[in-house]
Amino acid sequence: MNNLIDLEKKINSELTTKINKSEIKHNQVYLETDKDDLIDVILFLKTNSDTKFRQLIDITVIDYPENNPRFQIVYLFLSHEYNQRIILKYSIAENEIIPSVTSIFPAANWMEREVFDMYGVSFKDHPDLRRILTDYGFEGHPLRKDFPLTGHTEVRYSEDLKKVINEPVKLEQNYRNFDYESPWVGTKYIKEELDSNDKKN
Amino acid sequence: MTKKIKNLNLNFGPQHPAAHGVLRLILELDGEVVEKADPHIGLLHRGTEKLIESKTYMQAVPYFDRLDYVAPMNQEHAFALAIERVLELDVPIRAKYIRVIFCEIGRILSHILNVTTQAMDVGALTPTLWGFEEREKLMGFYERVSGSRLHANYFRAGGVHQDLPQGLEEDIAEFCETFPKIINDLESLLTENRIFKQRNVDIGVVTKEDALDYSFSGVMIRGSGVPWDLRKSQPYDCYEQLDFKIPVGKNGDCYDRYLCRIEEMKESVSIIKQCLAKMEKGPIKSLDGKISPPSKKEIKQSMEALIHHFKLFTEGYRVPKDEIYTAVEAPKGEFGVYLISDGSNKPYKCKIRAPGFSHLQSMDYLIKGHMLADVPAVLGSLDIVFGEVDR
Repeated sequence: MNNLIDLEKKINSELTTKINKSEIKHNQVYLETDKDDLIDVILFLKTNSDTKFRQLIDITVIDYPENNPRFQIVYLFLSHEYNQRIILKYSIAENEIIPSVTSIFPAANWMEREVFDMYGVSFKDHPDLRRILTDYGFEGHPLRKDFPLTGHTEVRYSEDLKKVINEPVKLEQNYRNFDYESPWVGTKYIKEELDSNDKKN
Repeated sequence: MTKKIKNLNLNFGPQHPAAHGVLRLILELDGEVVEKADPHIGLLHRGTEKLIESKTYMQAVPYFDRLDYVAPMNQEHAFALAIERVLELDVPIRAKYIRVIFCEIGRILSHILNVTTQAMDVGALTPTLWGFEEREKLMGFYERVSGSRLHANYFRAGGVHQDLPQGLEEDIAEFCETFPKIINDLESLLTENRIFKQRNVDIGVVTKEDALDYSFSGVMIRGSGVPWDLRKSQPYDCYEQLDFKIPVGKNGDCYDRYLCRIEEMKESVSIIKQCLAKMEKGPIKSLDGKISPPSKKEIKQSMEALIHHFKLFTEGYRVPKDEIYTAVEAPKGEFGVYLISDGSNKPYKCKIRAPGFSHLQSMDYLIKGHMLADVPAVLGSLDIVFGEVDR
């Protein structure tokens, strides 16, 4: 497909109900699907002669703790043939196990391991689901929004035990998250006050 | 009588000069033949993505220098482009030229390091000494323009931080005249060198299909004969107006990748020359006072500029709710930033797509069936820098 509008049409007409939402933005096509249709959609995108998204660029997760379902899984694809990019997304709840795409794209192996490590999302049929970036024996999933920036443990060499040990983080001063919001228009209470004034008038 | 022979497990790294950083590689050897390679990464993991989520957009830029620390500005470029596209900012033409010049300097920096250290891994010491002299000059340019040799923090959304200091353009032009001779010298040491060829030709061969399946990019995919370069196929900044060629390999082995890097350095020199010739005086950052800070002179004279300055360096600018993926052709391949903004002054999420991550994961596929001595050669030609692999 030579342009994005045709591509979007083609995908929608071929996959019909499997695509929940499609949009063209920033010269890319954004698609939304469901967990159960994922493999079908990806196989179509990879093999169809009009799409040929032969390369998986990255897999990542967006964490919205206040939403239900909480996580959005994001797949980025690139088609060398047609010089196009697609962003494919779907939502899952916490503790849901999602299908692995390692059998379709071998490159997904480490990307899924990273997702597992950073967000604690588990994959079905992954050949080797271990932590990848964090330390051996690390606990927790750092990129979740409820994981503190300072972490839970710090590491140091103990002269007494003659080895490297982990212990709970001790901070001389608590980490301060500055509220940079402007006192004129930004902070919540002023906004609320302004809104209520507007309503009164 | 049959004897049972067990395979040997060998631990390579994390402190090994040929590991190019902190790579721990568990190798399973049958005699001298590698049966399996399991890279353990993450020893340099600093949680860049998590840190960026708690910083304003301007404060996040220096983290990008620390990813692939041999070509810092190329990374900043991807982040700056992502913000510019969401904000729909116009970048002045001079800023575009300056950014392209420094991206190409970054490419030369990275390729010199890679070519020469790879040569060192297979036994040649001289190229490193010759190459690093040139790197030092290039880092001198970095220092003159940004104040530091490595961690530049120079590219900002909407342009660059400062204009080029006096005399820098002439010095870069002079470098462009002398550097091709150094490339020739390096080539005279390596290209036809019998030992270098024996160690690299037909080692770590990647087919076209596998290069696509393993998400290779940059030299790794061009070495296998796929003519793909984001500077040509999805041009950003002023690459459209420049005339340059994309060197492509034939066999997809370590030697072809070496040749691609050498040719790319020559092309980079030509790009820098073209930019210097086309560049005119003018603004170097967006004129929008809500995005780029005012000059010192303005702050002393204008109340509004003072307010802008104060607001920019405390609160920072806000980026409307959006999501975008932007990629640039970094020296090592496609470097991408997947940015989720939520309308505040900090990114909600910033996923960094590092080319080295995909390249290193194919280590098992590349090295299977090769000899132990080929491990450093293949690792060298992958062009791994742990700053970006571990993030």
